[in-house]
Amino acid sequence: MEPARSAVGLSVREAVHTLQSSEDGGRVLSVLGSLRRYLRGAEEPALPDEQEEFAAKHFSTVLRCLVGRLSPRWLQLSPGGRLEQLWGSFFLEGPADQAFLVLMEAIEGTVGPSFHLMKMAQLLARFLSEGRMAALMEEQCRPQTKPGFPLLQETLLSKVVSLPDHLGNRLHQDNLAQFFPQNYFPLLGEEAVRVLQAVVDSLRGGLHCSVSFVSRVLGKVCIQGRHKEILGRLVPQLTALTQGSCLWQRVCWRLVEQVPDGAMEAVLAGLVEAAPGPEVLSRLLGNLVVKNKKAQFVMTRKLLFLQYRCTTHMLQSLLGYLAMDNQRRPLLIQVLRELLETWGSRSAVRHTPLAQQRYISTAVLICLAHLGEPELRDSREELLASMMAGVKCRLDSSLPAVRRLGMIVAEVISARIHPEGPPLRFQYEDDELSREMLALATPRPAGDSSLEAGGSSLDPGVAETPAEIVEGSVPAAGLQGSDSELDSDDEFVPYDMSGDKELKSSKAPQYVRDCMEALTTFEGKDMERWEAALQALEGLIHRNPEATREVSVELAKVLLHLEERTCVAGFEKLRQRALVAVTVTDPARVAEHLTSQFYALNYSLRQRMDILDVLTLAAQELSRPGRLGRSPQHSSLGPGTQSSPALPASQSGSAMAPDWRVVVENRIRSKTRRFSKGAPRQEPAGGPNEFASVAGCFFFPLIQHFDRPLVTFNLLGDDQLVLGRLTHTLGALMYLAVNTTVAVPMGKALLEFVWALRFHVDT
Amino acid sequence: MAAPLLPPPPDPQFVLRGTQSAVNALHFCGGTQAQGCPLLFSGSQSGLVHIWSLQTRRAVATLDGHGGQSVTWLQTLPQGPQLLSQGRDLQLCLWDLAEGRNTIVDSVHLKSVGFCRSSILVEEQLRWMLAVPGKDNDEVQILEMPSKTSVCTLKPEADAKPGMPMCLGLWQADTSLRPLLLVGYEDGSVALWDISERKVCSRIACHGEPVMGLDFDSQKARGISGSAGKELAVWSLDGQQALQVRHIHELTNPGIADIMIRPDRKILATAGWDHRIRIFHWRTMKPLAVLAFHSASVHCVAFAADGLLAAGSKDQRISIWSLYPHT
Repeated sequence: MEPARSAVGLSVREAVHTLQSSEDGGRVLSVLGSLRRYLRGAEEPALPDEQEEFAAKHFSTVLRCLVGRLSPRWLQLSPGGRLEQLWGSFFLEGPADQAFLVLMEAIEGTVGPSFHLMKMAQLLARFLSEGRMAALMEEQCRPQTKPGFPLLQETLLSKVVSLPDHLGNRLHQDNLAQFFPQNYFPLLGEEAVRVLQAVVDSLRGGLHCSVSFVSRVLGKVCIQGRHKEILGRLVPQLTALTQGSCLWQRVCWRLVEQVPDGAMEAVLAGLVEAAPGPEVLSRLLGNLVVKNKKAQFVMTRKLLFLQYRCTTHMLQSLLGYLAMDNQRRPLLIQVLRELLETWGSRSAVRHTPLAQQRYISTAVLICLAHLGEPELRDSREELLASMMAGVKCRLDSSLPAVRRLGMIVAEVISARIHPEGPPLRFQYEDDELSREMLALATPRPAGDSSLEAGGSSLDPGVAETPAEIVEGSVPAAGLQGSDSELDSDDEFVPYDMSGDKELKSSKAPQYVRDCMEALTTFEGKDMERWEAALQALEGLIHRNPEATREVSVELAKVLLHLEERTCVAGFEKLRQRALVAVTVTDPARVAEHLTSQFYALNYSLRQRMDILDVLTLAAQELSRPGRLGRSPQHSSLGPGTQSSPALPASQSGSAMAPDWRVVVENRIRSKTRRFSKGAPRQEPAGGPNEFASVAGCFFFPLIQHFDRPLVTFNLLGDDQLVLGRLTHTLGALMYLAVNTTVAVPMGKALLEFVWALRFHVDT
Repeated sequence: MAAPLLPPPPDPQFVLRGTQSAVNALHFCGGTQAQGCPLLFSGSQSGLVHIWSLQTRRAVATLDGHGGQSVTWLQTLPQGPQLLSQGRDLQLCLWDLAEGRNTIVDSVHLKSVGFCRSSILVEEQLRWMLAVPGKDNDEVQILEMPSKTSVCTLKPEADAKPGMPMCLGLWQADTSLRPLLLVGYEDGSVALWDISERKVCSRIACHGEPVMGLDFDSQKARGISGSAGKELAVWSLDGQQALQVRHIHELTNPGIADIMIRPDRKILATAGWDHRIRIFHWRTMKPLAVLAFHSASVHCVAFAADGLLAAGSKDQRISIWSLYPHT
């Protein structure tokens, strides 16, 4: 051994010397040729001992020397680029780790763009494209004995992972496409698969191998946030390879297990995202969550409770993975229990964002879909308690979305926990969210692996469908054809049929008092009259303000207590409009009555909110400019009719002779020539704000008693829904009374009111 | 909705007034024949039959032959200007109207006091078949005219109990000579009788209320019936002479007094108790128009050969409409 070593060392030293000094092309070539003999796979190779010695001790020296000599003139020493080819072959055929390190070192050491730098970069690109990266990693997977190995591995690791950064820093705009992260990391993924293939092969051959280097590369790449690129290549290939091969599965499990703890979260999150479904995830991870504490923490706590960025699909993969193996199922139950605990916690409902609440709810529903009857039975009491707490504080919430979430989840949970009991049903609008959530709750069929199959194996059912459609359409076409007349419907344009209403047998009342009588009759027979009275009431009030004033308070009472006794279309609207009309007709007395009733006992929240709405609308109506001059019958005709409020008065005042002012203006107009005429502008009619005189009646009684709880009504407590409406109404009244004399005391009162609310839970 | 884009419902072309009682029956005559200007016959509650000229829009003659009892059905015969009128005085009169005459030349005594309208089927010149409600409650009698010989009496099986016949429709398929009769019964069922075999071919219960009117399109083997209830039923006849319900159309208000398909089989009209005339596309049953002109129930509708629609109502008016003219 000793003489061989010294012989190799001697010849290498001599060659290096020649390379450094010689300017003779032939000489350089022959020296390089002799050095090449030491490379593996060369023609007429040197002895294996000598090769090993060269690779271990002298290779990097030679490479450094070669790097140092590189210049345009030196490459010209031998014509035809032979020298360049030979030069490159040392990097591409020698031990990959050393070649890579020397290349990176050379590139990092170069300052500014130069011929040298570009040559090295191109060489590195060839290095990558010829699959040397796989060779590099494969080398690291073999059992190593050399001293200082961990240090070397660490350096290699950081260089491999940060290659795009280094190259980008050096090359700036001249960077090659291969070194862009979006190209490099997928390549790295491919190379990793090849390394794993080699590992599997050598394991089959009975050799010991370790995948820890690949794991560390993977971990580091994922930490850098490049998990999409690398796993996008790795996962589909592993999905295919692990199918039906235990060895591959074991290698995969090992690969994930060996990921350092610090990178575990990044890798697992990436895998959950990239895996097409729970089956694949289960094949790739095995029982990792049971074996590895860190993985367990990430999968069962971190991804579920500490963040909420996973999509529904990822959640399905994750929880499905937990459900797929008997060893992992206890974890799933535990997860459900913890999820429900979080779901039911009042503080979580109040302080977490809506997106996270939705996330937790989704996770709960998916868990429920995976868990079976007996498993749920064991922890039924606990789950029920959490659910009840959660539903309660959710229904109390003032956000509709939170309430809706509570309803949906409660329905599903109660259906699963108490399948035999009467189903819990809430009323909520059937929208996209609720449909999506309810779809999650239905358990997936067991053999549903269509996600995994991808495009490779088409479901035979899918292939048959088009044929069926074609078959199905033939008889239909035949039917059409048998109808000999091919008349199009174009010539039969329907007329407007909106007038096709149900025929009413009874007539509408003609007087306000009749209406009141009809509305207060409690015999069930005359429902049609009741409906007609309700529909006619608003118009009647507008037409007969005098008659209305006589009975205004009684009428308001009747309307306020009116219940929907038949399914009249738009009952709420009709009742509200009638109430508003009464209030507008006789504002002071009706407002006094309504505001006193707002704080009275024995009213439902609905009625109290109706009072608020009516007051707001009436105030709005009263304060609208130009309301005075308008005849009330035209109220439904829109703004076009309020052309000139002064017109009727002037006509009635001087019906006989035309107004002199008009005559004069006409004369002036006929004698005046104008260069251009704008559109005739209507002066906005000025008028007193009718609301000004009664604003106090609306406002002060409402704001007086808000902090005095009644038995049935506690504004500052549970009835915060009404409080919100009250605040809105007070604000609206204040706004409508702007510029009136009463506005100043109103503003003061409102400020006091707002001050009292500053620590309210909803703020 | 595209509601504002739709045109408003049309007005009647003209209105005939002067019957001085509710109009119960309408029938168009002529228009294409050589016999002169088109005529409209109307039968009123007071027992009079008015003959209207559609050119002058005036009544040209009044026939009084039912003794003040309501006229329920009018029909002209193809040979010569002859008119059949059925009244609630239990007489079915045959009028000769040729050359300005208006005399009763023949009459058939009916045995049923119901409201069922009769039906005829012209087999050949001077020979026609007449279906009238029979003596017993649920019978239909078939007469050979003009000899008035009773061909047969169609009586449902004892256990069927369909109630009284409410409307009749005699017809004959183009391919066969067997006369068939469609009967709408009081229990809401429609039955198809084969007259030569005197048996029911098929019977479907398509209404919950008595059938008030039906019409049949023999070319498409499809018919429609309306009842006192809210629904219109479209049914069809298959090769085995079996009726099948094809489509049920729900109306806004209950009660259909009469129903008729236009001779060109494009549209159909219904006379509604809710004062409205409804127009539908016959092939698709798409609602086309709701004509709200009358102020009382519409009792009858009739189409002329040229597509003119007439509707007679309890408000004593006859409205004439021109809708979706022939192209």
